[in-house]
Amino acid sequence: MAIQTLDRPTSGTSTSPELRQPRKKMTAGKIAAVVVAALIAVLWLVPFAWATATAFKTETDAAAPKISWVPPSGFTPEAFVKVFQDGNIPLWTWNSLYTSAAITAITLVISALVAYALSRIDFKGKKVLMTVIIASIIVPPPVLIIPLFYQMLALHMIDTSWAIILPQVIHPAMVFVLKKFFDQIPRELEEAAVMDGASRMRIFTQIILPLSRPILAAVAIFVFIGAWNNFLWPFIATNDGALLTLPVGLQTIKSAYGIQYAQNMASALLAALPLILVFLFFQRQIIKGVATTGLAGT
Amino acid sequence: MSSSLAARRKPGSLTRSNLSGWGFAAPFLVFFLVFLVWPLLYGLYMSLTGKSLTGANDSLIGFANYAEALADAGMWRSLGNTLYFTVISTVPLVLVALVMAALLNVGLPAQWLWRLSYFAPYLLASTVVSLFFTWMYNPQLGLINDALSKIGIPKVAWLNDPNVAMWAIVIATLWWTVGFNFLLYLAAMQNIPHQHYEAASLDGAGAWRQFFSITLPQLTPTTVMIVLLQILASLKIFDQVYQMTAGGPGGSTRPVVQYIFETGFTGYRLGYSAAISYIFFGLIVLVSVMQFAVTRRRSA
Repeated sequence: MAIQTLDRPTSGTSTSPELRQPRKKMTAGKIAAVVVAALIAVLWLVPFAWATATAFKTETDAAAPKISWVPPSGFTPEAFVKVFQDGNIPLWTWNSLYTSAAITAITLVISALVAYALSRIDFKGKKVLMTVIIASIIVPPPVLIIPLFYQMLALHMIDTSWAIILPQVIHPAMVFVLKKFFDQIPRELEEAAVMDGASRMRIFTQIILPLSRPILAAVAIFVFIGAWNNFLWPFIATNDGALLTLPVGLQTIKSAYGIQYAQNMASALLAALPLILVFLFFQRQIIKGVATTGLAGT
Repeated sequence: MSSSLAARRKPGSLTRSNLSGWGFAAPFLVFFLVFLVWPLLYGLYMSLTGKSLTGANDSLIGFANYAEALADAGMWRSLGNTLYFTVISTVPLVLVALVMAALLNVGLPAQWLWRLSYFAPYLLASTVVSLFFTWMYNPQLGLINDALSKIGIPKVAWLNDPNVAMWAIVIATLWWTVGFNFLLYLAAMQNIPHQHYEAASLDGAGAWRQFFSITLPQLTPTTVMIVLLQILASLKIFDQVYQMTAGGPGGSTRPVVQYIFETGFTGYRLGYSAAISYIFFGLIVLVSVMQFAVTRRRSA
């Protein structure tokens, strides 16, 4: 333990994240770690692989009692073609895309505005407002489905996209993630602008927001993934087939296609593709976004 | 002198601050009041009425719905299923995440590949996960039974056996969501100062010793948070159960959220359904208060 203090001065060089794990050689322990990690990774990839293998089979091969990774009549894209010709998957993907984008955009705007007020402006009732928003973090969305549905009926919004979008834009936890970030921005940066007589809105849009890009991106990613995959509320809010989002639409496929396993798997894979592609491109940001907002969220 | 000046200036500037403060808060507040506070209060009111989707009996009936719910075996069973799922899912969802993160933290090459394979399922919609696993659990054609039969284990009726169905859902849920906890653990591990490990290895501590003496203790706050968040998340289970077993067989997997959904939208009893929602909410509040108490003691 005494060595710890002696060691400290030399460790200044190893603080960069890339250099953080510079283990020298492949020790036996490390090889064991690779083996176990690989075993888990294989287990975790099996469902994707099996779904893909099935999706490229003929329905006859998919339903054959003998399990085959390589089907007797070869691989065929026929299930994908059929699913695509149905036209539902592209429509549902589009519905998911624009409702999730709208939810993310509205959430970001209203949350950043209120977070700025909570972080920077002294106004009467701020403490009460803060307490109420914090307290609301514990409200579980399933508790609200019955009154929300009734409310949407009264507002004549059932079977419109608004019914899907509007109730999903309140994220109290994200307000606090943003507030905490704004709190850390040095006030000196604004002082010059205040001297020049800049308005609050100007300070917010020209100074605070540009400095907050990383956290805005993190919140956006978190909210978007949540909205894209939400099932319960969109399932209740829409019966109109033309408005179904991807998760809700897929649920109808199961009964429609019955035991057409290849088509079921082809639909599932097509539905999974957009977010997986997004993940491949923005992996770093998504991981950082989930890690920074994750503990505050859910 | 200067203090009286400040005092005189204060009311005016405070008014301006009040205006801009509430102005910035207004858009959020509107949504907050209309889509959270109002339904929350209205739901409470509904729970005290006999309101139904068919329009009958809007009048207040006091706590009759609550009394009925407390005597409703169906509600208790769904609450029991929810708690059972929460207990048996939380342990693997935390432990497996910890193991995954610890493995990567050793400093494996190609980090992105591991992160991709462990985390990717989290990006899937519950419907996709349910389609995957319903297919893999298929008693005759499914991959899992086929693999088991190769090592001599007889066929399991994964989703049709009341004793097994909940475990089948836990396995699917583990696959689907463990990547989230894994990322939280990994981020926390990478924040542990490297000096601790350097000092320990100079002291001659091996990898295991370092893990149990440095990593785990340093992760305690993270672990507490992950466990509590996981409990809260597991209590809300609905999607994958509804899609994989529809609550069956024989109601053995039906969670309380599904019971709320069914009494409200299939049974048309909105008031009664709202009462069960509030009982469920009470449970969540209880867990959240415990979480608050624990995390506060830790940070104090």
